[in-house]
Amino acid sequence: MIWNKARECESIEKRKERQLADLKELCFRVYERVPFYRKKFDNAGINPSDIKTLDDIAKIPFTTKDEMRETYPYGLLAVDETDIVEIHTSSGTTGTPVVDAYTQSDMDMWGEVMARCFGMAGGDKGDVVQNAYGYGMFTGGLGVHYGSQKIGANIIPAASGNTKRQLMLMRDFKSTILTCTPSYALFMADEARDMGIEFKDLHLKSGIFGAEPWSDNMRDEIESKLHLKAHDIYGLTEIIGPGVSCECDIQHGLHVNEDYFFPEIIDPETGKVLPEGEKGELVFTTLTKQGTPILRYRTRDITWLWHDECKCGRTLVKMHRLLGRNDDMLIIRGVNVFPSQIENVLLRVEETQPHYQIIIERGSTHLDEVELQVEVEESFFSDETKELERIKNKLHQELKQELGISINIRLVEPKSIERSIGKAKRVIDKRNI
Amino acid sequence: MKVRQISVFLENKNGRLAEVTRLLGENNINLRAVSIADTADFGILRLICDKPDAALKLFHENNFTAKETDVIGVIVEDKPGGLAHVMDICFKNNVNIEYLYSSLMSHENNAVEIFKVEDIDHGLEILEKNGIKAIGKF
Repeated sequence: MIWNKARECESIEKRKERQLADLKELCFRVYERVPFYRKKFDNAGINPSDIKTLDDIAKIPFTTKDEMRETYPYGLLAVDETDIVEIHTSSGTTGTPVVDAYTQSDMDMWGEVMARCFGMAGGDKGDVVQNAYGYGMFTGGLGVHYGSQKIGANIIPAASGNTKRQLMLMRDFKSTILTCTPSYALFMADEARDMGIEFKDLHLKSGIFGAEPWSDNMRDEIESKLHLKAHDIYGLTEIIGPGVSCECDIQHGLHVNEDYFFPEIIDPETGKVLPEGEKGELVFTTLTKQGTPILRYRTRDITWLWHDECKCGRTLVKMHRLLGRNDDMLIIRGVNVFPSQIENVLLRVEETQPHYQIIIERGSTHLDEVELQVEVEESFFSDETKELERIKNKLHQELKQELGISINIRLVEPKSIERSIGKAKRVIDKRNI
Repeated sequence: MKVRQISVFLENKNGRLAEVTRLLGENNINLRAVSIADTADFGILRLICDKPDAALKLFHENNFTAKETDVIGVIVEDKPGGLAHVMDICFKNNVNIEYLYSSLMSHENNAVEIFKVEDIDHGLEILEKNGIKAIGKF
């Protein structure tokens, strides 16, 4: 099913015309309404009227995650506060979050792009969508929810966790589309086996999986265990949430909803725009977003873009499944984690020092297991176990507060953490995905 | 009299204890008392030896986390009820014991128990008042 054939299958020339018109309008709008962008344009010595072609976008300076944090809460707002109908923030951290503020027209657009993603996964009215993404400030749960409502499907807002109930609902309400992180899908598969539920007897036909990196191997495993077709979805809070791009039935690249989110690939070192087909950092401009429009946001995600004649009929540009990141951000159980956050906690908890190593594994449960190894320093070593246990618990609590996920703490002997030429290797990612 | 105890942090890994005892032996340091407190993923080795300064230096040079704590070497009569008598005194006088273990030494045919108490000065005072002796040197 193609949700919006007129837009998703339109000629590339026509789409470019619209993109250009929207880009020009966007530049004038933010220049007038957002001092942050006016300053950016002025400092770069450009004027909105200098944007005459799509290629001229390269003249506009980038926007970074740090800048989005610095402008918290409403520094990037391009409308009156009273026009905002919903707020979301980036996942995981209690540090300054990144804000996405939506007007009603942004909400409509979000529903539209998510409806397209459902279409790519074969969804339509009559489907039963079981949504096992987290609901709340995280964009995943509600973004999927709005898209499902747009297509007129029946949504089960199960949210993440409570797997036994999840499987019971799936069986009893005959869910046809499952939306969750790919690792949770595999976790469910194992749990179902223990409960004596066979996926081949259920009604699932497709799944929309995202919010964490995965691979073709994982796709094969999910498809064979859950008896469904697995679609990769991509999105980020800074841009809209889920719905930026999704795989169609052909499963060969994610179609980017580029009439709303204009993608570029840049050389992360020089910032220069790379030609189509070359690998680099993904950058997005929200062409029509009203609440918090973003110009040339550096996602730090590495991929490439290409156009092909997709058998599904869509002409939307494709992006390859993410190949990695050009910063040290980790995605753990769908939550974004920076090693610097862990370091800050270790500095904040007065007894400990930032001599640590993070080990991430995806064990037999298919869920990410994280162990933080902290070297025991004289500063907090004690002859009593209860004192060391107290510090361990304190770290555990503080990290849960900071990151939003639970991390196992392990105290280790000093110098037991591998050091390479003076610089310690902080992250050991053993996930084979 | 206080006794100097050295604690060493050990991961629950094969060979750690062998490494510690080998180091002490090679450096001619004699153990007088030893105990291990263990948890799921780490242990604390507590020991009393004849050369605490040398032992501490040795551990630090070999990248162990080690520190010194003062404990009491309580002389306990080597007969049934000997320890119970000391415990009763501690209990009645609010001397809170964090942990205790036995030493390898005997003192004039009496046993020597190592006590870690919450407030060591208070503990020593109470023991002395009640005629319990503590040893000062191993």
